[in-house]
Amino acid sequence: MSYLIDRRENAKNKNMVNRRRFMERYKQHIKKAVEKAVDNRSITDMERGEDVPIPAGDVSEPVFHHGQGGRRTIVHPGNEEFMAGDRVQRPQGGQGGGGGSSDASDQGEGEDDFVFQLTSDEFMEVLFDDLELPNMTKRHLKGTHSFKYEHAGFSNDGVPAKLSVTRTMKASRMRHIALNARRKREREALQETLLAAQHSGDELTLRRIGKQLQDLEKQIRKVTFLDDTDLRYNLHVKKPIPTSQAVMFCLMDVSGSMDQAIKDMAKRFYLLLYLFLKKHYERTEIVFIRHHTIAKEVDEHEFFYSRETGGTVVSSALQLMDEIMHERYSPDEWNIYGAQASDGDNWNDDSPKCAKILRENILPDVQHFAYVEITKRSHQALWEEYAKLEEEFPELFAQQHIRGVGDIFSVFRQLFQKRLAA
Amino acid sequence: MTATAEKKSATPISTGSEWTFDLIDRYDREIGAVAEEFGLDTYANQIEIIRSDQMLDAYASIGMPIGYNHWSFGKHFVEAEQGYQRGHMGLAYEIVINSDPCIAYLMEENSMTMQALVIAHACYGHNSFFKGNYLFRSWTDASSIVDYLVFARQYIAHCEERYGVHEVEEILDSCHALMNYGVDRYKRPYPISAEEEQKLQREREEYIQRNLNDLWRTLPSHEKEEEATKDVFPSEPQENLLYFIEKNAPLLEPWQREIVRIVRKIGQYFYPQRQTQVMNEGWASFWHYTLLNELYDRGLVTDGFMMEFLSSHTSVLTQLPFNHPGYSGINPYALGFAIYSDLRRMCENPTAEDEEWFPDIAGGNWVEVLHTAMRDFKDESFVLQFLSPKVMRDLKLFSVIDDDSEDTFLVSAIHNDPGYREVRELLASQYNVGDKEPNIQVASVDLRGDRSMLLRHTQFERRPMGESTNEVLKHVYRLWKFPVKLESIWNGSVTENFKMPV
Repeated sequence: MSYLIDRRENAKNKNMVNRRRFMERYKQHIKKAVEKAVDNRSITDMERGEDVPIPAGDVSEPVFHHGQGGRRTIVHPGNEEFMAGDRVQRPQGGQGGGGGSSDASDQGEGEDDFVFQLTSDEFMEVLFDDLELPNMTKRHLKGTHSFKYEHAGFSNDGVPAKLSVTRTMKASRMRHIALNARRKREREALQETLLAAQHSGDELTLRRIGKQLQDLEKQIRKVTFLDDTDLRYNLHVKKPIPTSQAVMFCLMDVSGSMDQAIKDMAKRFYLLLYLFLKKHYERTEIVFIRHHTIAKEVDEHEFFYSRETGGTVVSSALQLMDEIMHERYSPDEWNIYGAQASDGDNWNDDSPKCAKILRENILPDVQHFAYVEITKRSHQALWEEYAKLEEEFPELFAQQHIRGVGDIFSVFRQLFQKRLAA
Repeated sequence: MTATAEKKSATPISTGSEWTFDLIDRYDREIGAVAEEFGLDTYANQIEIIRSDQMLDAYASIGMPIGYNHWSFGKHFVEAEQGYQRGHMGLAYEIVINSDPCIAYLMEENSMTMQALVIAHACYGHNSFFKGNYLFRSWTDASSIVDYLVFARQYIAHCEERYGVHEVEEILDSCHALMNYGVDRYKRPYPISAEEEQKLQREREEYIQRNLNDLWRTLPSHEKEEEATKDVFPSEPQENLLYFIEKNAPLLEPWQREIVRIVRKIGQYFYPQRQTQVMNEGWASFWHYTLLNELYDRGLVTDGFMMEFLSSHTSVLTQLPFNHPGYSGINPYALGFAIYSDLRRMCENPTAEDEEWFPDIAGGNWVEVLHTAMRDFKDESFVLQFLSPKVMRDLKLFSVIDDDSEDTFLVSAIHNDPGYREVRELLASQYNVGDKEPNIQVASVDLRGDRSMLLRHTQFERRPMGESTNEVLKHVYRLWKFPVKLESIWNGSVTENFKMPV
């Protein structure tokens, strides 16, 4: 006796919960691997998944077992040359051919790291875990596409496409029961008399009741299967979704003083920022500005890949940001963020000008502004000017220093670490 | 395969390699009919077709159709998934579960031949083994296991809700570490039943808590009586650590005791499987081979079918020699299959040697002999009883003694007249549980003092405890919550001491 069942349509990922728990347990290892990966990767494949090695000892589930030593007898197959009483050299390391065959953990291969692969989604999730844009607030509701349709019960009229079959059938069924209740009761009574008549053999009554029953059946069948009044339609209503709009200004210095290595670091920093925004804030707009002596708004591709270069006037970028900001992104409606990266090299008399633009035009209207200085040398005028700003606006302005590739991710984390609401 | 032309009059069930539900049904009925002719007594079969990713899921839950949630299953899943995706490992064609009805998972990717092979192997081979073997009969209750697993899953989910995932996970970790020590080896346990469990669980909580208080009463009672009853607790060493902890650990919450019990019961369910691997796999392999050959003799399957079947049959049943780079011990499929096949041969074509070694079997009724060999043994006694000189010669078995007090290995016996008995005994002892796992028992508990628990490891062949001992003791300590000591004993004297907390 066998039952054959097709389970192929059953839900997959029965083990998702367990996998999650496993990841939760080894979060530290995973984080470390992800951070290491970010520092080592070229900027073109930042989004790939990653192998996470976890030392075997940490994931092992220990049980009592025998250690090396003592006396063991093992039976092996495939004897070609040995006779009883032969002595054989102990294999090197005490393992290999002589190792305990019944106990896998005795053998050398158990010592490898446990490696498992994060999917690219998981990778990104771990990468940007606990990060957020600071001071995000709900601004003016805007935009036609921030509506969604929600189910709101049923109605008696609507378009055929929204017909709710179950509800309609329910209504039809109700109508049937209501209209036929009396007739069905009568039919039951008639059937009883019919039975009684059959017993007594009363031909006349039999025929009369038979006729009545037939009429009744006809009436019952006449109630229509579906009536206009049965039709029910799904009802949907439009609901606005409150959204918070944000725009991020990315300002990058591409002047001649920035050598290839520094530019690469700046790009990495922005790439992280870009991925972070794409992952967590789907509706965030990004404005890319690159500058040497003059600033220019560019698209994503040009921002990361163009090779233009020249002298340095940092204020040009800030000026352009100020213009774009006030032209296109009204502070009443937008959460505005800025991130600036440079090697700190600037015309000396330009630095106070930068601070002035920031202080007077930009900072009053933004949620947060971050400055990253990428250099191995000592700080120059720009850093010092900005240090003053940081004191003045501790909530709004932050600056950080990147010395080498290894710093990028930790600086990024510091800038966007989730803060507890004050 | 000695099919003759007139025997092959029937038309084959199928000729292509694609399977359909109708065909599986047909094969199942034909194989079932032949199996019945050979006297295989089985539970009803529940054959489930699944995808490969579902097979990975089944792998991870170590053969339980329904499991509670735990990170270690996630780890197994990740391992299996990666092994599979990178091509290090093929998936098993089938997984079969000891339940009534007997659940067998068949993979969608299998060809028709493979599905038939799997049906013969799992649904009639393993199935009849589960139903017939004495260990399975006395240790597991096939009809209630699925219900019990559902109960366990719900109970643990409920605990997670009430006491937190982390709390539950810690207890489970500790219980898993002791899972192999949750069995009374020499006592027949009560079969588990989910309904009763649920009913009794409440009562048990209260009862244990009340009794515990008695055990751990600190108020001095009658002094004189104490003098008289100053004996050790427990009065006899206890081998079932989980049971001992469940009943006697002083500070466990009732729900924690219940989780200990659940892990213990599941351990008990798997206990027979660990002890009958050679017999079980050998039995299933012998029958898929015999049943499918019978179908071929009756003309129900084609030559192509047999070629494909034999090729995978051989690859599963190959025994690599010890000096092969891929060698990883004795293949239980090969050994079991060889022994059963040889039993049949002894009945049908006995030699003088067989008459001498197996006077009761040689020339007997092979179906009966095989059924006896399946029913009343476990791996250890099975090998000891039925491993014949011919099989030892065929497999070229030899025994090696690895004594750490000597510089070289000693080949103690080989497959020849003076060696047969020794090789057989040594191979049998390899399947003895005491050989696989250290023998650890609860020796005593200090009732009046620091409540510490003393575990005693009685060494087998001077083998010391492995390096993970301290890790496991941490888990014991977590459950017992008072100091735990372990002493390792050889020849009556303690050779090594472990203590937790250190």
